[in-house]
Amino acid sequence: MAIKSVSFLLLLLDFSLGLAEPDFQKANLRFPFDLPKGNGAWIRPTVGQIWPKPQLEQSTDNFMVLRPSDFHFQITGNTCDILEEAIHRYYDLIFFPPRGSGTSKRFQKLSNKYSMTWEKNENFRGYLDTVVLHVMQPCEKLPSLSMDEHYEIKIDATDRPREGIILGQSVWGILRGLESFSQLVYSSQNGIAFQINSTMIMDFPRFPHRGLLLDSSRHFLPLPVIKDNLDLMAQNKLNVFHWHITDDPAFPYESRKFPSLSQLGSFNPYSHVYSPSDVEYVIQYARMRGIRVIPEFDTPGHTQSWGPGSPGLLTPCYKKDGTKDNFFGPINPVPAKNYKFLREFFAEIFQVFPDAYVHLGGDEVDFSCWASNPEIISFMKQQRWEQDFARLEQFYMQRLINVTQDVTKGEMRYLVWQEVIDNNVVLPSSTVIHVWKDGNNFHDELARVTKFGYRTVLSSPWYLNYINYGVDWDRYYLAEPLSFNGTESQKRLVIGGEACMWGEFIDAVSVTSITWPRASAVAERLWSSASTNDPRLAAPRLEEHRCRLLRRGFNVNPINGVSYCDIEW
Amino acid sequence: MQWAPSESVPFVIPWYGRWILPTVGQVWPKPQQQTSSETFFVLRPTMFQFQVVGERCDIIDEAVRRYYQIIFYPGDAGRIPLSYPPPPTPIQEHPQFRAFLDSVEIDLKQPCEYLPSADMLESYNIKIDTADNPLKATITSDSVWGILRGMETLSQLVYSSAETGVAYQMNATEITDFPRFSYRGFMMDTARHYMPLKTIKKMTDLLAQNKMNVLHWHLTDDASFPYESTLFPNISRYGSFQPFSHIYTANDVREVIEYARLRGIRVIPEFDSPGQPRLLTECYDDNGILKVPDEYGAIMPTREENYVFLQQFFGEIFNTFPDPYVHMGGDEVSYYCWQRHPEIKAFMAANGWGEDYTKLEQYYFDRLTTVTQEITQNQMRYIVWQELLDLNITLPTGTIVEVWKGDYEGLSFNEELARVTKYGYQTILASPWYLNYISYGLDWEKYYLAEPLDFNGSEAQKNLVIGGEATMWSEYVDSVSVIPRTWPRACTVAERLWSDRSVNDTALAALRLEEHRCRLLRRGFMVDPSNGVNFCEQEWDM
Repeated sequence: MAIKSVSFLLLLLDFSLGLAEPDFQKANLRFPFDLPKGNGAWIRPTVGQIWPKPQLEQSTDNFMVLRPSDFHFQITGNTCDILEEAIHRYYDLIFFPPRGSGTSKRFQKLSNKYSMTWEKNENFRGYLDTVVLHVMQPCEKLPSLSMDEHYEIKIDATDRPREGIILGQSVWGILRGLESFSQLVYSSQNGIAFQINSTMIMDFPRFPHRGLLLDSSRHFLPLPVIKDNLDLMAQNKLNVFHWHITDDPAFPYESRKFPSLSQLGSFNPYSHVYSPSDVEYVIQYARMRGIRVIPEFDTPGHTQSWGPGSPGLLTPCYKKDGTKDNFFGPINPVPAKNYKFLREFFAEIFQVFPDAYVHLGGDEVDFSCWASNPEIISFMKQQRWEQDFARLEQFYMQRLINVTQDVTKGEMRYLVWQEVIDNNVVLPSSTVIHVWKDGNNFHDELARVTKFGYRTVLSSPWYLNYINYGVDWDRYYLAEPLSFNGTESQKRLVIGGEACMWGEFIDAVSVTSITWPRASAVAERLWSSASTNDPRLAAPRLEEHRCRLLRRGFNVNPINGVSYCDIEW
Repeated sequence: MQWAPSESVPFVIPWYGRWILPTVGQVWPKPQQQTSSETFFVLRPTMFQFQVVGERCDIIDEAVRRYYQIIFYPGDAGRIPLSYPPPPTPIQEHPQFRAFLDSVEIDLKQPCEYLPSADMLESYNIKIDTADNPLKATITSDSVWGILRGMETLSQLVYSSAETGVAYQMNATEITDFPRFSYRGFMMDTARHYMPLKTIKKMTDLLAQNKMNVLHWHLTDDASFPYESTLFPNISRYGSFQPFSHIYTANDVREVIEYARLRGIRVIPEFDSPGQPRLLTECYDDNGILKVPDEYGAIMPTREENYVFLQQFFGEIFNTFPDPYVHMGGDEVSYYCWQRHPEIKAFMAANGWGEDYTKLEQYYFDRLTTVTQEITQNQMRYIVWQELLDLNITLPTGTIVEVWKGDYEGLSFNEELARVTKYGYQTILASPWYLNYISYGLDWEKYYLAEPLDFNGSEAQKNLVIGGEATMWSEYVDSVSVIPRTWPRACTVAERLWSDRSVNDTALAALRLEEHRCRLLRRGFMVDPSNGVNFCEQEWDM
């Protein structure tokens, strides 16, 4: 081809040789693929491949063509609002994505004009005008940890020639199947706008807890940004939105029972808060996409913003000379009234957020302020705990769990950060421990936590807020949660992982573009088989996926260096 | 998970809430001289007008419209202008209230220039209710470019006051301002990733709003050739990512140039590499065997027809881009293919150059300058990357050398600057300002504190440093994030190059930068947070 034989390269720069002095910008950078020798993009994207990769997929070169005006989904089994909404959503995503909707119009023009030349192609199997959606069990209303996400897709299968069906026990499986189906449809080089190969898929997730943490305390994230991220999660088959809603800087959650918390603790009590209807909106939006919303109300540390709206909750710190300082420490674990407050507060949370799980935080509790406070000192003496403030933390967590169990009739379930276990707090056996420390050296901690018999969610290798120059997704991709030393039963306790996007240095402007498609790498690790771990094979699929997400209207960053998408931002 | 600041931040991180409190109505980059008082004026959108009392031209007429919009209705259409609850008492009763300010005079003393240039004048004065200009506001300058800079400053003086509840308020102020360096640039790379026109325009707006004045357009590179040449359309047809959607047509280029001109910004294109068949050196390996056909080396310097091509190509460039300066690239030349090509070996031997390939490069560059000078009647001026000088290649007088090495090779850019200016060439600095390198946390301070004139050298040497550039190479960034990744980090470069050398206290700058960031956000630009935990009154997407 002419393009190959003619290279259009630097005036003076020798671009072409490994031996030559490397471009300084590439120096010291690792790549999960070989850089090309000549011009053009570094990676050639795949066509019609699914991200994350299904467990089992067979396809042939035979293809069917989809026509926007004739296509429809047909529901044959159980149905519900989740499914009805999904049908509309996926029709649009397939035929009229926000940045590629022109394709449909072009398609219609072309097919009228050229009388469908593809019909003469020997691989052409016909038009796919109907895709059957069959949910075998009645819909569940809420996604949960135990939801069933299996599905099957058959497009022109031997037992169903020229037909399309998506089959699942549960509506959640159908949602995942619809996503896969939408990714199978591609525009081919032959000018066919919507084409799908004859395909059979049998798919299910490797881990049930596949999450993304967003931090709306360090910077406020407006609802449209949260919505975008929920869409992106669904399109990467993630199923848990871990909403780190409060922290030291701000308390944007508007509580019905304690409105002063956000009134005094948010950046701005009118514009920078999540009202009850905002929260409800997020929960519904997520539910429709099979995503659980797990709120985190981190205590007893990381609670500075709770202080102004609830006097007496935080521990007053004292100076060395015994006088009161102007600072406050973690929640004061001594006064009984604080537990009364927490009981009422978490009762509200349990009502507002339908998921059984609430993240209680419990990380990075600073003991120095507790140690300075006379009330706490005398309490410690009374308990004969000496200087062992871990026991005080244990006391706090225990009381918190007691009051919340009491008020939710034993129904509330917990996630906590790993410190709670590291400090030997005894937790209900259903509690999930969130391992976040030590980056890629998380193995010992996973072994330790699972040895105690707790179920575990991993985040250590997936702190996406730490940005790097160059291609960095492969390190997230290659982090293997089950690579620690442990028994089979220990490994079964690892129920998944979460990518984390802490908000110190990021706000609505870039949270989406910095998170995605890097979080896609995590999504594939958590969904696909452990053997799907070759970055060289993943890179072209990820490249396609990135352009797909861009076409669908999301500001997601380039992922593999020099490249282009047909439709740019 | 708390961020543990491993490096210092220019402020104390508080226990809760935003990390710093932004200033109100402060200008970025900081003017050379400014005095203002507590007395304030109130601007009313329906009454307000700019009065052009001096010379006028299209640049002023456009600016007047633009800045009215920026002041009163910033951001995308549909965004509600910022407002607070109305004050409890009429604003007239506020002790510091001075008057309503319904007009600002634009007083251009000299006729407009058509094009911004290397020696354009950018100084201006603003007088708002000064002793000699009571109850009036005037922007004065001898040049239209100064007026543009002054209008930007004026727009930044207007603020919304949480205290009085007034949406558009401005203090009595006197400003005398001028740039420290004449070349304040930003380099944008459209070869590694294609940047749509819309993105380039937004970038140009942001340059103007930070008083930068050069858009260095790195149009082509290894990865792609998106410039559609009129004379040689095949280059982009085969060398762009996509020959219809991912190119810049002649009209696109004109649009960018015009957009920039109206904002007082020069567009300097860089053609590191026009290519066409047989232009490049075929590559042989050590055994004299020709490598696979798609491997080429640098341009073949021995073929006469190549200079004919280069002459025509650069002739077109010179006609397309009105600025006399063209960036010729010239960085990172490898001799590998030259050294192994029989034709070149013969040429070297014939000239008695032995193994000294810098002689060949010198030859190439001499020829290139000769043919380009010839076709442009000696009007073309050059900017080159520092390598050419590093190889002791003699450059035409008037050439500007861009220093980019140093910071990333363990050397200080000061040594490079001292060396380059010793040869007597004008110099621009980019080494400390490679904004494409990202790191976690607060990183703007290092850009802010990089001082171009800290090197050991005579006064005459220092006078040769005419400015600098922030660069954003685009291997890992495209139109999705090029703006948030560049801004507000590039603002710090802008202040370093515009403001006085003594304006270098990061603790003070942080507060102004915080305001400036929210200002740019309000104006509808996707710019990242600059100082960690914080908020703007209007967030993105809110």
